[in-house]
Amino acid sequence: MENNEQRKELKVSAIENGTVIDHIPANSLFKVIKILSLENLEEQVLFGTNLESKKYGRKGIVKVSNKFFESDEVNKIALVAPHASLIEIRDYKVVHKSVVEIPNHIQKIVRCFNPNCITNHEQITTSFDVIKDEETLKLRCHYCEKTTLRENAVFL
Amino acid sequence: MKNRSLISITDFSKEEQIRILDIAEGFEQQPTQNILGNYVVATLFFEPSTRTRLSFESAASRLGAKVIGFSSAASSSVSKGESLNDTILTVSNYSDIIVMRHPVDGSARYASEVSPVPVINAGDGANQHPTQTLLDMYSIRKTQGTLDNLNIAFVGDLKYGRTVHSLTMALTQYNTTFHLVSPTELKLPSYVKRHIKDNNLSYYQYTDLLAVIPHVDIIYMTRIQKERFSDSLEYERVKNAYNLSNNMLAGSRSNMAIMHPLPRVNEIAADVDSNPKAYYFQQALNGVYVRQALLAAILGVK
Repeated sequence: MENNEQRKELKVSAIENGTVIDHIPANSLFKVIKILSLENLEEQVLFGTNLESKKYGRKGIVKVSNKFFESDEVNKIALVAPHASLIEIRDYKVVHKSVVEIPNHIQKIVRCFNPNCITNHEQITTSFDVIKDEETLKLRCHYCEKTTLRENAVFL
Repeated sequence: MKNRSLISITDFSKEEQIRILDIAEGFEQQPTQNILGNYVVATLFFEPSTRTRLSFESAASRLGAKVIGFSSAASSSVSKGESLNDTILTVSNYSDIIVMRHPVDGSARYASEVSPVPVINAGDGANQHPTQTLLDMYSIRKTQGTLDNLNIAFVGDLKYGRTVHSLTMALTQYNTTFHLVSPTELKLPSYVKRHIKDNNLSYYQYTDLLAVIPHVDIIYMTRIQKERFSDSLEYERVKNAYNLSNNMLAGSRSNMAIMHPLPRVNEIAADVDSNPKAYYFQQALNGVYVRQALLAAILGVK
């Protein structure tokens, strides 16, 4: 069992120092990469998706060398990967593990669902209060005050 | 409230809302006071709303302020493609306070964030119209002597009418019992009903108006807009359901007042106008006092 797990992990090679973001839903992997702007990073970024996961069936994983995220920064991915875990690696060893937390407020990453919202008419940074409501996530627009459900959220 | 913008009714606390109503009382006593002689009020109407604009301009004029502005986007540089940001920054150079109406939701909040002078929202799309809410509260208090513990009926289009939504939100601070009279397809949205419940208050839903009349202190009528119906037969069925006529008021309470944000079409018959319980034209006039109070309070002279 141990060996089996070990082998799966190695489908995406280990990193010496940096952050592993694990348990990303398989279909959210590229959204996570986008939200964290990893495409603009100069460091090594390794990723895999549709990997087997005991918990979720299929999962995605990202490994970013020499990058340690602030919690504000990484919590943005909670919208698409609410159960993601963050693993801090130093010298090939896990030094810290945590899970993402859904932030109370998000900026920039989502478009307002309301076509008549000012943020869809002028160059304005979107801003939402996150309402955690009986297992569903809702985003209340700071400007038009309309609510966008997570399943309707379009990522910028 | 000095230098604060008013975008959504919840931007002001209950105490601040009451203070505005109290200041408005003073203007009802003495509407013409030359206290804003040194101020310029800009009224930026990116979409026409003659009633609201004239009410604000009357309020500003009665206080001695100078009024600048435009009454439609066509007569502003918006028609040349100027961004809202630029229009607001430019106008804030020329004025001490901006009153704006705009067809886009959230435009007023955005304007208040870029403007160095305070902004009063006179309606942003389908979103908020807080001065209407304050004048409705003023009118309710005026006719009932209090805002507390009242039975209030909202009648007509409760689904799309932002007036009803905002007033309902505000009234949940006053132990109101809500009587919601509407066609099934125009019921109050669930988020507003939820807000009522969250405040441990009661609401009752009806499709028939007549049964409600004897039990309420306020009947707040709204217009049913034909374009809201996908089925025109359905519209025909309900359009006269809420045609309030004078003979229907026979069993109403002596303190009862009829309100309407205007303009009305056929939901209140002309024969109601002469009934002393008809309050909608006075309600519109109260809008001037409330807007005087807002201008004076935000500019810091009251």
